[in-house]
Amino acid sequence: MVKKIADEYGQGNVVAVLGAPDADSAELYAETLVHGDPSWIGPLAGVALNLPVYHIMEPEIRSQVDPAVYKQHLEIFEIALDVDKITEGLNRVRNKK
Amino acid sequence: MELKGKKVIVIGERDGVQGPAIEACVRSAGAEPVLVQTQCFV
Repeated sequence: MVKKIADEYGQGNVVAVLGAPDADSAELYAETLVHGDPSWIGPLAGVALNLPVYHIMEPEIRSQVDPAVYKQHLEIFEIALDVDKITEGLNRVRNKK
Repeated sequence: MELKGKKVIVIGERDGVQGPAIEACVRSAGAEPVLVQTQCFV
């Protein structure tokens, strides 16, 4: 499904936004969407989509959300999620060659 | 990364931020969600 969307709209037009609760799961999602399934089990095994992947709570992304919508849906996660660690995990994937 | 005008694959998680919440947020930023999922590993 993800590959079909990336192929249909073109990689430059598609962004993946995650809501993972911790750094490890966010990193695993990102690794799969950027470099392919690291477990080599799923349909993205060996398929490097190179999609831009962000977590919804990363400052770069959450700053674009309408303030009223942010307050309703995301504000609580400022204290519930370790955003710095999640960002670190995603940066590891982004910076990997 | 500017979301405005982008197609967005939303992969939420039950124990984190759920898909529909992310969908509402990216819509408010001017992006178009094309796939919305909420993963659950229980």
